[in-house]
Amino acid sequence: MDRYIIELIDLTKVYGTFTAVDKLNLAIPRGEIYGLLGPNGAGKSTAILMMLGLTEPISGTVNVCGINSTTNPIEVRRKVGYLPEDVGFYEDYTGLENLVYTARLNSIPPVEAEEKAMSLLERVGLKDEAGKKAGKYSRGMRQRLGLADVLIKSPEVIILDEPTLGIDPKGVQELLDLIVRLSKEEGHTVLLSSHHLHQVQEICDRVGLIVNGKLIAEGNIASLSQQLFADEPLSLEAGLKMPTQNNDVSRVENLIETLRNLEGVMKVNLQGNELHIGCSQDNTEKIVEAIIKNGVGLSYLNKKEYGLNEIYNRYFEEVNNSR
Amino acid sequence: MAGNLQNLFARLKEKGSQSLKGNGSAGKRESEVLSPFRVIVSKEISDHIRSWRFIILLAVIAMACLGSVYVAVANIGEALKSDDPENPFIFLKLFTVSDGTLPPFFVFVSFLGPLLGISMGFDAINSEQIKGTLSRVLAQPVHRDNLLNAKFTAALYVISVMFFALGFLVMGVGLIVTGLPPTAGEFLRVVFFIIISIFYVSFWLNLSILFSVKFRQPATSALAGIATWLFFTVFYGIIVSVVAKAAAPSETATTQQVVSYQEFILNLLRVLPSQLFSDATSTLLVPTVRSLGPLTMEQVVGTIPGPLPLGQSLLLVWPQITGLIAATILCFILSYLSFMRREVRSR
Repeated sequence: MDRYIIELIDLTKVYGTFTAVDKLNLAIPRGEIYGLLGPNGAGKSTAILMMLGLTEPISGTVNVCGINSTTNPIEVRRKVGYLPEDVGFYEDYTGLENLVYTARLNSIPPVEAEEKAMSLLERVGLKDEAGKKAGKYSRGMRQRLGLADVLIKSPEVIILDEPTLGIDPKGVQELLDLIVRLSKEEGHTVLLSSHHLHQVQEICDRVGLIVNGKLIAEGNIASLSQQLFADEPLSLEAGLKMPTQNNDVSRVENLIETLRNLEGVMKVNLQGNELHIGCSQDNTEKIVEAIIKNGVGLSYLNKKEYGLNEIYNRYFEEVNNSR
Repeated sequence: MAGNLQNLFARLKEKGSQSLKGNGSAGKRESEVLSPFRVIVSKEISDHIRSWRFIILLAVIAMACLGSVYVAVANIGEALKSDDPENPFIFLKLFTVSDGTLPPFFVFVSFLGPLLGISMGFDAINSEQIKGTLSRVLAQPVHRDNLLNAKFTAALYVISVMFFALGFLVMGVGLIVTGLPPTAGEFLRVVFFIIISIFYVSFWLNLSILFSVKFRQPATSALAGIATWLFFTVFYGIIVSVVAKAAAPSETATTQQVVSYQEFILNLLRVLPSQLFSDATSTLLVPTVRSLGPLTMEQVVGTIPGPLPLGQSLLLVWPQITGLIAATILCFILSYLSFMRREVRSR
């Protein structure tokens, strides 16, 4: 058995003059929940379409379950469940009928298909809506039906394209829990794409950041922040009591000056009442001392861990600066 | 509809348990597993039959058909008197006779057939794309051509059943009203007429499937289909008559020139699928038609007036039938070319 269940090698897709996916390399081991992150138009969906053989790459290869998706898409689609972005169902058919249809397209006998569809509807919490027309489903219900639709063929790999798009926060939480639970129970490999960072952060074992068709960073959240924030691994947020009088304002300026001269401090930024300090080493004590010495009131001090949001913003800062 | 489905499930369950109890063999159970192609076909057929669109068209066509049969039956006596008494093909008159108030059955078919074909195919692919079901279906282990073929097959199946039912209905009405049984030759001629009608409708069906692949909006593809139909039925004839006037030979022209001019105009008209269809059907339904082009006196001299046998009639219209099938296949190929390698995005 291959080590990697999804493997992209130098995958490239060009539309006219626009390069959607640019020499993308990706390797996902079996059983992992992998998050593909990136802004809209970064090439996430295009990469996914190529994994399923729904579009052809210009160059490079895609292997899913050890099968080439470009030359043998049918075999790949037997093993991969795909939930497209904004999934649609036959609106005149009930949720159950929609699932049974998918099952039968996967050569599952009708009786078994119905049993399986019912049990999946129960697991995604749509048991009571099984006989309702899919056209009457709400967005969140459609997405859950989509998940059942993906699972009905008992896939080895689940690929979800923006599964949380357009669902309210509670629904998102439920859906993500469902994805994690189902995938852990059955040992599926999950690849999901999103531009919602914190959601993905919660459930993914690893994430890959894809921008302009290139994979720019990969790993779990901690290693990502190490990659991107190599120069300033630590960040402090200090809430200041902003003075009102003129001579007090100069105090703050003095403080910033002092902080900049401190050893190990890389960056000082004042945003409203909040002072952002990036340091290469832990010298919180000295910073606090400096603030108090300069006579500025301190309301809180926060040692920040980098989340995906920061990682994301940081990356885009770099992209914009380099332009 | 829900009731129907429950029945269906109940029946399927019954079948399943029967096969389990009966033979206990996996073989029979596996026979229930249809190929994805057949699954799509059966779904499409049930969609067509339940759709309002089909019900309305069926009602229109059935009414037109019954109306024309009524007129034909009312006028059949007169037609028989005025005609050659030796003409034995009384039964076929049901399909061709009219007193001018209503067109005969085969004219109705040539008029309503395109509408039927266009309306059954114009949203075949693009509505699935718009509903977001296309990428879901194609993410299953289904070949793309399976989807295209299944859409075509299902519509063709429904159309075939409908035309055979209507054709036999007309024959049945004629049988009851006139009391004359059809001869085997007449029966076969009607069957071939129905088959050619199906080819004709399938051309329009394929054309509209092609438009549904090409255009993203169902409204656009429906309009494109109807525009093509209008062009062929109304404007093309006008253009041909303009060309005919311009190219008309002078009065001093030789016979050969006149003949070649006639053939030229006929060939221009034969670009029209409706012309091919009406040539083919009139030859089949009126056995006395001996040629579809101009005949010179030398060719006619010595012929014995009388109907052609079925085989000869078929031979006469063979080019027309081939032309219709070729046009159908051409549309099919074009749909294939643009659909097979296209990128399938959701919505």
